[in-house]
Amino acid sequence: MDISILMLKIMEHVKLTFTALIISVALGFSIGILTWKYVKLSNLIIHFANFIQAIPSLAFLTLMVPLFGLGDTPATIALIVRALMPIIRNTYVGIREINPAIIEAAEGMGMTEMQILIKVRLPLALPVIMAGIRTAGVLLVGIATIASLIGAGGLGEILFLGITSMNTDFILAGAIPVAFLAVITEVVLGQIEKAFIPKGLKK
Amino acid sequence: MIFRLIEHLQLAFYSLILALAVGILIGIFISKYTKLAIPIISVAGILDTIPSLAILSVLIPLVGIGKPPAIITLFLYSLMPIIRNTYVGIREINPAIIEAAEGMGMTEMQILIKVRLPLALPVIMAGIRTTATFNIGITALAAVVGAGGLGTFIWTGLMLMDYDLMLIGALTTSILAIVTDAGLGLIERRIKKRVTGRGG
Repeated sequence: MDISILMLKIMEHVKLTFTALIISVALGFSIGILTWKYVKLSNLIIHFANFIQAIPSLAFLTLMVPLFGLGDTPATIALIVRALMPIIRNTYVGIREINPAIIEAAEGMGMTEMQILIKVRLPLALPVIMAGIRTAGVLLVGIATIASLIGAGGLGEILFLGITSMNTDFILAGAIPVAFLAVITEVVLGQIEKAFIPKGLKK
Repeated sequence: MIFRLIEHLQLAFYSLILALAVGILIGIFISKYTKLAIPIISVAGILDTIPSLAILSVLIPLVGIGKPPAIITLFLYSLMPIIRNTYVGIREINPAIIEAAEGMGMTEMQILIKVRLPLALPVIMAGIRTTATFNIGITALAAVVGAGGLGTFIWTGLMLMDYDLMLIGALTTSILAIVTDAGLGLIERRIKKRVTGRGG
């Protein structure tokens, strides 16, 4: 296995995962913030997202092909949709499930609803939201592997080449970096998550 | 078609049942010997992070192609949520209830069987639901190592760029997963209602 090809595939994999994660964080967070006050609407969104989540990734990716064809774009779309769910859900949970006494205190101090959202709810929700982003990131590394099937490149290409030709070297050259990428994503995003815990709540 | 569907269900559920037996035992064990809990849950957590396709393919050189790598992967993936949920379910029981049971003269074994496990059941059931839904998806992946199941349609479809085959495979797998999720969700809520006396 040529090392430069391996590096190229790793970069492709990281790029695909990262692009999809960034877009879904932006989208998911915005949807979460804009709709959290409308309980009925946000429940509907959560139900829909849960429904999407139950669909296996392979099936989901495959469904993209008749709709969008092969290549980077359908893969990125599929990845974004998959990652949205944990992010939206954790944004809702984080913003809503705050000790009511804290909100009451903020109201008592004369803060407006907007101020409470920005200065109280959001900072307290950040660790929960970050946990959602971490889940999504790890998930995406795995799904990006499968996405090579629909022409998105990445480490999955090496892996599938290995499986179809029964070549152990190729299988390992695909599987080991993928496993590492997933574990690294988990650890790095976990550290960022810890950094987001507000000062006053750190033990 | 029906054959592949049954094959799919067999793969997904046999490994789930196997994982259930092992996972609940480990879960009970580590809830008693709590020192072991953190290392075991961490190891299982790392395993859970690794994409299923990676494990699936690494098993090929070790156990060959076909159903064995699929069953091992499915088993390993099912283990983690079941161990964790059994552990959490058993640990997070109101200590007052355990004290009451002790006060009634129940032995440790009786408390485990008659108090702890029934109260932990909703949490364990939630773990089973997640796992079962996941397994349907991993089983679809496993068709690439020759395990059969509905994923076969997807793979053949993708190889031949045959939209019909792709749709048949992808839609049946999706429906199966959604039905499993919804069905087990219903059972989960029933159990919860019975145990806690109120709906979730």
